[in-house]
Amino acid sequence: MDFLQISLVLVLLLILAIPMGRYLANAFSLDATRLDRVFGGLEKGIYKLSGIRMTDMTWKQYAVAVLMSNIAMVAIAYILLRLQGVLPGNPSGIAAMDPLLSFNTAVSFLTNTNLQHYSGESGLSYLSQMMVIMYLMFTTPATGIAVVMAFMRGLTGQRSIGNYFVDLVRAHTRVLLPLAIVVTLLLVAQGVPQTMEPTATATTMSGAEQQIARGPVASLVSIKHLGTNGGGFFGVNSSHPFENPTPWTNVLEMLSMFLIPASLPIAFGHMAKSRKQGWIIFGAMGAMFLVFLTTAYVSETHGNPALEQAGLSQAIGSMEGKEVRFGIAQSALFTAITTAATTGTVNNMHDTLTPLGGLVPLGEMMLNCVFGGDGVGTVNILMYAILAVFIAGLMVGRTPEFLGRKIEGKEMKLIAIAILAHPLIILAPTAIALATEMGTAGISNPGFHGISQVLYEFTSSAANNGSGFEGLGDNTPFWNISTGLVMLFGRYVSIIAMLAVAGSILPKKPVPETMGTLRTDNNVFLVLLIATVVIVGALTFLPVLALGPIAEWLTLR
Amino acid sequence: MSRTRTVALPKDMYRQALVEAFKKLDPRVMMKNPVMFVVEVGFVITLLLTFFPGLSGGASAPIYNGVVSLILFVTILFANFAEALAEGRGKAQAASLKKTKQDTKARRMAKDGSIQVVSSTELRKGDVVVVDTGELIPSDGEIIEGVASVDESAITGESAPVIKEAGGDFSSVTGGTRVVSDSIRVRVTTDPGESFLDRMISLVEGAKRQKTPNEIALNTLLVSLTLIFVIVCTTLSPIATYVHAAIPVATLVALLVCLIPTTIGGLLSAIGIAGMDRVTQFNVIAMSGKAVEASGDINTIILDKTGTITFGNRMAAEFVAVGKVTPEELNKAAAQSSIYDETPEGRSIIELAKRLGVDATELVLPGSEGVEFKAETRMSGTNLVNGASIRKGAVDAIKQYVVAQGGSIPADLEEKAAKIATAGGTPLAVAAGANILGLIYLKDTVKPGMRERFEELRRMGIRTVMCTGDNPLTAATIAREAGVDDFVAEAKPEDKIALIRKEQAEGKLVAMTGDGTNDAPALAQADVGLAMNSGTVAAKEAANMVDLDSDPTKIIEVVAIGKQLLMTRGALTTFSIANDVAKYFAIIPAMFMLAIPQMSALNIMGLATPQSAILSALIFNAIIIPILIPLAMKGVKYSPMSATKLLSRNLVIYGLGGIVVPFVAIKLIDLMLVGLNLV
Repeated sequence: MDFLQISLVLVLLLILAIPMGRYLANAFSLDATRLDRVFGGLEKGIYKLSGIRMTDMTWKQYAVAVLMSNIAMVAIAYILLRLQGVLPGNPSGIAAMDPLLSFNTAVSFLTNTNLQHYSGESGLSYLSQMMVIMYLMFTTPATGIAVVMAFMRGLTGQRSIGNYFVDLVRAHTRVLLPLAIVVTLLLVAQGVPQTMEPTATATTMSGAEQQIARGPVASLVSIKHLGTNGGGFFGVNSSHPFENPTPWTNVLEMLSMFLIPASLPIAFGHMAKSRKQGWIIFGAMGAMFLVFLTTAYVSETHGNPALEQAGLSQAIGSMEGKEVRFGIAQSALFTAITTAATTGTVNNMHDTLTPLGGLVPLGEMMLNCVFGGDGVGTVNILMYAILAVFIAGLMVGRTPEFLGRKIEGKEMKLIAIAILAHPLIILAPTAIALATEMGTAGISNPGFHGISQVLYEFTSSAANNGSGFEGLGDNTPFWNISTGLVMLFGRYVSIIAMLAVAGSILPKKPVPETMGTLRTDNNVFLVLLIATVVIVGALTFLPVLALGPIAEWLTLR
Repeated sequence: MSRTRTVALPKDMYRQALVEAFKKLDPRVMMKNPVMFVVEVGFVITLLLTFFPGLSGGASAPIYNGVVSLILFVTILFANFAEALAEGRGKAQAASLKKTKQDTKARRMAKDGSIQVVSSTELRKGDVVVVDTGELIPSDGEIIEGVASVDESAITGESAPVIKEAGGDFSSVTGGTRVVSDSIRVRVTTDPGESFLDRMISLVEGAKRQKTPNEIALNTLLVSLTLIFVIVCTTLSPIATYVHAAIPVATLVALLVCLIPTTIGGLLSAIGIAGMDRVTQFNVIAMSGKAVEASGDINTIILDKTGTITFGNRMAAEFVAVGKVTPEELNKAAAQSSIYDETPEGRSIIELAKRLGVDATELVLPGSEGVEFKAETRMSGTNLVNGASIRKGAVDAIKQYVVAQGGSIPADLEEKAAKIATAGGTPLAVAAGANILGLIYLKDTVKPGMRERFEELRRMGIRTVMCTGDNPLTAATIAREAGVDDFVAEAKPEDKIALIRKEQAEGKLVAMTGDGTNDAPALAQADVGLAMNSGTVAAKEAANMVDLDSDPTKIIEVVAIGKQLLMTRGALTTFSIANDVAKYFAIIPAMFMLAIPQMSALNIMGLATPQSAILSALIFNAIIIPILIPLAMKGVKYSPMSATKLLSRNLVIYGLGGIVVPFVAIKLIDLMLVGLNLV
């Protein structure tokens, strides 16, 4: 039954991703397509209103446009959060957010992380939920999609890397908005509330008075997943019955957060005019995902030995922190997907996962390329592909090339920056937090689990995932500032470096393929790609994982 | 396969390399290799902790620190030794070249024609010197007057002298070579210190070695991996302290050194130097490592037909009798005309005649005399004792010869000669006295084994294009016979450049060989240009490689060497990185086992104690460098096959091998340490 549930979701995903991949390749084509007739009118209106010209950009112009627009977005978000107390759309009378938490929240949603150091129902007004949270929930995945499109255009040698503003608009009009409308309606049909009414007051059967928070939930939940955002309307996120009431909404939410990340490698295959190439990238991501999923599922079904010894039956697995309406299978799958796609929405508490079960989300976020968030995940795996080509490509006796374009010193330097930044922004702050009082003060379970809590927080920030291990008292200046910075570096260092790689590869003259060319569209390369990700990306974190979840697992056995 | 110039590794070369290895410990030198520099820093830290164990804040074991420090020291020495050894081979070759570069006396001719004796170091560009039989040519130059045979063995190792003459493609001479006969006037073309020999010496010495683009890119990767592991190890200490599993500094250093890619970091420059050296051993001088690297990427090779694909000297393929002459008569006359002809053409005529049944005794003609080929007569032959004169030569020349003696021209001669020409051959007429007997069909012959080599190149994904001045018909015949992929007929020098440009516009890298002055622009345009040492100065200047044996087919070997160089780099990088898996499993449980006993579950190798585990990993890390030196110097085995097959093969050997080997080796070292009661 569990197997059936899990495979149903994965098969549905596969069926949806194939046409979606082709659609994405078409939707962002630099040439005119039939889609222009459908969306052209609306888009032209937007271009005219905002003064966008559809000219091709250089990578530098593209990167500057990304940064400038993102700075504008974060400024708007910060100001709204600070002023929410006096602005309209605040029926529940929620006060302004303090400066550091506002910084953290604005950055968190800007970077597609959605790390929440606040609780939505008590910390944000309806206006903030809609104009800060939902606004950024659209624009940041749109930014990610734009960047991946520019990157893929560079690698596949299109006319140019495109125009950021056109990509940003298309990501809204052609992808996110239509999908969000459909998913919202489906959620509402399953009973997710969508209302502007203030918090309801109810009298329970025992006569006590209960405050029931509600609001425009369905629309936020839909884009929360589609945009691999993850910030919930309510503090407990998708384990809340109003965000995720039934197993069907659970499936819908998983599918919607995985759809775009899973379609992008297929879109890449279309752009590279080698569909097999797309499937090899997809295959590498998929294989890694299945390993993680299996680990999580097996680990959770085996239950918690400590609770077993305390006399609590673990026959149906470790149910601590999980919702009964989802059970082990839907919880493990949700956990594996939410951290693979770096969404960060949760339908169970990751803090109470068994040690190895908790290793799964950590591992997926550390790799940051097991499908990954909208756009950035595919950028990351392609970066690893270039790295794999570089190391192993030499073994066929040629200077390395990817899709016919030579990989040289300049690209390696840029990739070096990206692969260096990720461990640096995870391990350095983790070490600082664990060595200082301001860091250790927030830890609720000292010992190995404490390491996991801190490590998880920074990994989640660096990977722009946003899920929390929770249990960490993180609304303090130290955590708000440190995670805020990590989120910023985590997002923009690699985005800029990879745009530069695209800009550097694009003008290269493609070398025609011969018998002597290293093929990147076969199974040998698939194995090679996975090995590169594991050895370069994962082994880096083995020592610290040994002290966190692995030590916990070994001592708990 | 051509003759190679091998330099044996004598004992004192090892000794010298060892001395160099110590000299290279200088931090200013080590800085150039960031990976090994990190090891040196680790060595200094552990060395300090050996003598001042309290330095790290807590108590630490001085003996253990000392052992770690010692192993690190040896690791650095091994890496330095590898580099010094590779450099040493180049130096040995340079030394043998230097011997030829003695200070010689030169006879310089002043403008008024007077001659003064000066030292060769005083010669400047434009000076004219006179060189007589037995003298050394004092500097690189061009013959402006005279013909001489020159012994170039000092440079090429080839003992047979070569003919050099003023004008044309064989006018360039190299300083340090000896004139064996005749006298020549040479215009000096280089200033002291810039001659071909000077450049060769500095190239093989590796003095001017610049890192190649791919080496730089790879180095970037290695440095960033090193930095990643520096981050991992420095952050690990506070994290471990949080769970009261403090790690001794020496152990952290050991972990760091094991994880950073020391194996490839230590061997990288040796691989590059050895790659250049392998080219030199083939008697090819590459002007830069970049050129060797580029040769691995070649997509198209442009080859001249004559001398490269075919012997150039044409071989007799058939005798065609004219008029009423019988084949037997013609066969005999053709053979007799050639008994004094020592050219390959002449030899081939005799051989063909013998095959056609001419008795060897008929070719022993005492008292007869040979008539040499002269440019004016354009024929050669034999004057027999009985007064008969047998001649062979160009059809026109023989016709004139016969007519002059009052003979007549057979009616079918023209027609038969034309037929040979259109089939791509060269007709030679044979006459006995005033009678024309027939024609010798000379055919350009494809060198044996060329077909297989082109097949080999095809399997490497390289296309071959033949360039020839022949008419399209002849060209097509030879192209088909040789099995090249494409050909250009009636090619003029500018066609070659156009062809190279066209291929390059498609993104391909092109290699070509050439020797003439008119080849120079094409040699410069090609990504890899291999000039023949026998060629002109202009050609050698334009090319980025010079073949001292002047064997144009060597370009194929050069391509293989380029590929091998890149493969060796890739293979050792893969091996080095894959090693990390086992090292993690050796060191991580060892690090934490004391504080967290359950960690021993990760000790899958069952290593005896934490210390033995760490030391075993560290020792493996050190000794793998000298073990791989031979591989780095010789290069990994390369046989032409498709890239996918090559990749799978090398991934299994160096990738999977790189994961498995250290597991086994570390366990063995651990057992040894325990057996010797060292831990």
